[in-house]
Formats: sequence, C-alpha cells, structure tokens
Amino acid sequence: MKRAIVAFVCGLVFGAGLIVSQMSNPAKVIGFLDITSNWDPSLALVMGGAVVVFSLLYRLALRQGTPLLAPRFSLPEKDRLDAPLMIGALIFGVGWGLAGFCPGPAVVSAAFGDARVWAFVAAMVGAMLVYRIGLRRHQD
Amino acid sequence: MTIVNFTPWSALIGGALIGLAAAGMWWLLGRLAGVSGILGAAMISRGEDLAWRAAFIAGLFLAGLAAIVLFPGEVPFKLEAGYGQVLIAGALVGFGTQMGSGCTSGHGVCGVSRLSPRAVAATLLFMAAGMVTVYFVVQQP
Repeated sequence: MKRAIVAFVCGLVFGAGLIVSQMSNPAKVIGFLDITSNWDPSLALVMGGAVVVFSLLYRLALRQGTPLLAPRFSLPEKDRLDAPLMIGALIFGVGWGLAGFCPGPAVVSAAFGDARVWAFVAAMVGAMLVYRIGLRRHQD
Repeated sequence: MTIVNFTPWSALIGGALIGLAAAGMWWLLGRLAGVSGILGAAMISRGEDLAWRAAFIAGLFLAGLAAIVLFPGEVPFKLEAGYGQVLIAGALVGFGTQMGSGCTSGHGVCGVSRLSPRAVAATLLFMAAGMVTVYFVVQQP
C-alpha cells in the first residue's frame, strides 16, 4: 500500500511536470520536431531539466545501497544495442511525430476531454497488449 | 529555420518536476519511471506489482484532471491530427515502445541520465524518426 501511494504521488508530480512544460500539448511537441521551418526548442530544455535533476539524485540514491521502500534497485537487464531496440525506437518516433503524443502525455491529456486522445490511448494500449502477449507466447 | 514560441522557463521547471518524480520512484521504490514500461507491464502483472503501476498511471491521469478543474481554459492543448491519424499513431507508439523497451521518459530521461548506451541510441533514433515524420507527413497549420 505504501508503495502504491508513493507511485501515485510520483505520477501526480510527473504529470504536473508534463503539463507545466507543455509536453502534454501535441502542438508544442510537433513544434519541437519541426526543425526545418518554425522550430520551438522548448522541449529540449524539458529533457535537459529532467536529466540534470535525475542524474544527480539517481547517483545519490545508488550510494545508499538500497531503495527506502524496496529490497533492491531494479535496472533493465539488456545492455546490447540490438535490432528490436533500434527498430522499436524508429517505430515509436514515427508515431510520436504523427500525433505529437508519447505515452505519458497521452495519459495526462486523456483527462482534458478530447475523444481523439482516448482513441490514441486505446490504440496504444491495444498495440502494447499485442506485443506483450506475442512476446509471452514466444517465450513459452 | 526560425525559432518560435520558445518557453525556456516553463520548460525547465516542468522538466525539473519530471526529474524529481523520477527520482522519487528510484529512491523510494528502486524503479525507473519509464511510462511505457510501467503501463505495458501493468497489463500482464498482478498483486502488488500491478498496484504501484496502476497507481502511477492514475497519478498521471489525475494530474491532467486537476489541471483542467483548477485552471479551466488555461491548459494549453492543441491537437491537429484526426481520428485516423491518432489511431495509427497510437498503435505505432504502443508497439514501438514495447519493442524498443522504452519511450521519452524511460530512455530519454532515465536512460540518458544513467548514460546507458541503449537509451542514448534509442533517444537519437526516435527523435530523428519524429523529425522526419513531421517533415514529410504532418501538415503544418
């Protein structure tokens, strides 16, 4: 229960950051990706600000040895630059540019009331399930 | 190229909040705050694993809800894409993030901060793909 409350509060703060920075505004995202005509560099600073803060606190936390409410730090197991990583990133990037949504901002702005965002989230979740279930079958 | 609509302060403050939230997940729960990973794995997990994942996603959604309730008409949001385009985009984002093990938060923020070569490569690739897509496909207003 304690962990769920922590995750909920972190989700709230994360969402607030997405709204304040306007990552949750697709037009702002498209403006950032549109480097050849009218470029809005703001989102580079969103990522920059987040990376500066997280880089520091990530390393400070690692020095503690273990997280405060969990037995260990969980890190991704994969460490190679493989084809699924690169192809997946390219597919994601095309989808990101097409609508201006990545997963976090899509969940946040689903609350804004535009039914097209729900359509995006439904298609996204559906495709996630297709991949996850396909992967599981493959592993069996 | 012309620079337009540049909002450096709100971008930095918002970015810092995102970094703080990710640090909270890491310091307290030992988890990286990658939204596509938290959401994708939530659908095939149960028990306590499902609980914290669902709680994080609920927090994201409620942040959006709180914003429009507290500041009606002041939350910037403009979506150009129609239904066909958002459905295709959603499917690509869902599939691509699971195949590529991450999105803007997991790779772009957490992974880049950790100097993970996989995350740096993925971030460069999805940014390039997004820029090419906007150049060729998305109609500018």
